[in-house]
Amino acid sequence: MQRNRLVPYSFLLPYLAVFVLFWAWPILYSFYLSFLDTRGFPWSLQPGVNWGRILSDPFFRQALRNTLLILLVQVPIMLTLATGLAVGLNSPLLKLRGFYRFAFFAPVVVGAVAYSAVFRLLFNTQNGAVNVALTGLGLPRVDWLNAPVPALVLIILTVTWRWTGYNAIIILAGLQNVPGELYEAAKIDGANPWQQFWGITLPLLRPILLFALVLSVIGTLQLFTEPFLITGGGPGNATLTLGVYLYQQGFRSFNFGYASAIGYAIALLAVLFSLIQLRLFGRDA
Amino acid sequence: MTPLALLWLAPLWLMLVFSTVPEREIFSVPVPLIPGDHFLENFRDLQADTNFLRTLWNSVAVSGIYTLLSLLLTSMAGYAFARFRFFGRGAVFTLVIATLTIPYFVVVIPQYILVAREFGLTNSYVGVVLPLLASSLGIFFMRQNFLSLPQSLLDAARVDGAGEYRIFFQIALPLVSSAMAALGIILFLTAWNDYLWPLLILTQRDMYTAPVALGTLLGLTRVSWGGIMVGAVLMTVPFLVLFLFLQRFFVAGITAGAVKD
Repeated sequence: MQRNRLVPYSFLLPYLAVFVLFWAWPILYSFYLSFLDTRGFPWSLQPGVNWGRILSDPFFRQALRNTLLILLVQVPIMLTLATGLAVGLNSPLLKLRGFYRFAFFAPVVVGAVAYSAVFRLLFNTQNGAVNVALTGLGLPRVDWLNAPVPALVLIILTVTWRWTGYNAIIILAGLQNVPGELYEAAKIDGANPWQQFWGITLPLLRPILLFALVLSVIGTLQLFTEPFLITGGGPGNATLTLGVYLYQQGFRSFNFGYASAIGYAIALLAVLFSLIQLRLFGRDA
Repeated sequence: MTPLALLWLAPLWLMLVFSTVPEREIFSVPVPLIPGDHFLENFRDLQADTNFLRTLWNSVAVSGIYTLLSLLLTSMAGYAFARFRFFGRGAVFTLVIATLTIPYFVVVIPQYILVAREFGLTNSYVGVVLPLLASSLGIFFMRQNFLSLPQSLLDAARVDGAGEYRIFFQIALPLVSSAMAALGIILFLTAWNDYLWPLLILTQRDMYTAPVALGTLLGLTRVSWGGIMVGAVLMTVPFLVLFLFLQRFFVAGITAGAVKD
């Protein structure tokens, strides 16, 4: 049958045109921008100016430290919780399944701006619901929005609330691909539920957990809306993340070159973490 | 598990309650736990502060246009990757999928320079929607779904003399409609909740999307918190209701690309 050889390209072209213009080219242009001095006009090629600054910039270092701190605390807590939830929701013994699904998956549809607003009220220092509950339990109030460590904890709690159910959905989908006969066989061999979890569930879930891990790490490296709207990066710079710092440099100071360098630093971190994760957990994944 | 589930629902329940009580009650002890009758007053505050109905309309328009265009582009491209053999297929597909792991912050500056400065598209729906269309989220998902169609069906149509576009639009596309519904829901939700990009592109209050309008209120010192909660409720509750009825589609959209069947 005679077919026009250009037909496949015509199907691909509309998407590819937008892709090249708004993703492929920007990736390259951003790299070039990171070598430009964009503080004055015209922009000039000054290879060392942004990358040199990044190495010695205390604000960048603080943003990096905050982002990594959130990452290293939040992602393990969230994925452990999500795995537990997924296993629980997958259990045939569970009653009220519909209620639990709704409770944990509902945050998936809530936008960052809406829940940031809600969390700001809940964690209000004076009479926010959380502090009212704490005093009710005889504990001291916490100045969530104006003290450095509590502000960081607040961001971690907010992100965990929003994304745990999302990850649980992904892990649950993986669990449903695990053949039931494996558990039957293990039961005959006398394995208890805990042994079944470590011996069957976890090893078979490894590829999907790795997927969730990589996504979560990339997402956390780009944390922006929550610290931007809940704490404004403060108090001081206690919740300044790389995302918020990039926004400040790029769109408050309009220093596109330096902001691009920060963007590439985020990408380098993403690559680095992905490699580490593949190395540690990948093997056959 | 029940206490944890209740804890998880608490922020949403309190959002609902706070949107219906007078401002002073939000910060009273004990915290109000039952909805009041102040929703309309709070809504009036919100509307006065932001013209929120207009921003909701902007959000509907932007998300709707984006979803339709994105479904069209990703399904056409996914179909090409799944159903045609052509020079460069493997390389282009790998390139497109690889960008899924590239942080958005790498491209946002050039996107801004391009859209706002070169094309002068600030304060327009086009400016908000265009770069979003380049997302590769749907490509893999649509390709997988087109791969699962029986070749004989498409060949039969070809023997009958149908053109390639006719085969795509009248045979292939209807067969993957439930996959498209799943993807469509996720695309709509992504655009609906997007904050950073519309914040950069929209500078006129009447063009704001709902998240941008609400975010602006959060930055002010003298605000009606009840009004902000009404905004959060209006942005969220329709999707919570949809989620109750269309869970299957939400879940399919979220796991798109995560689990290989």
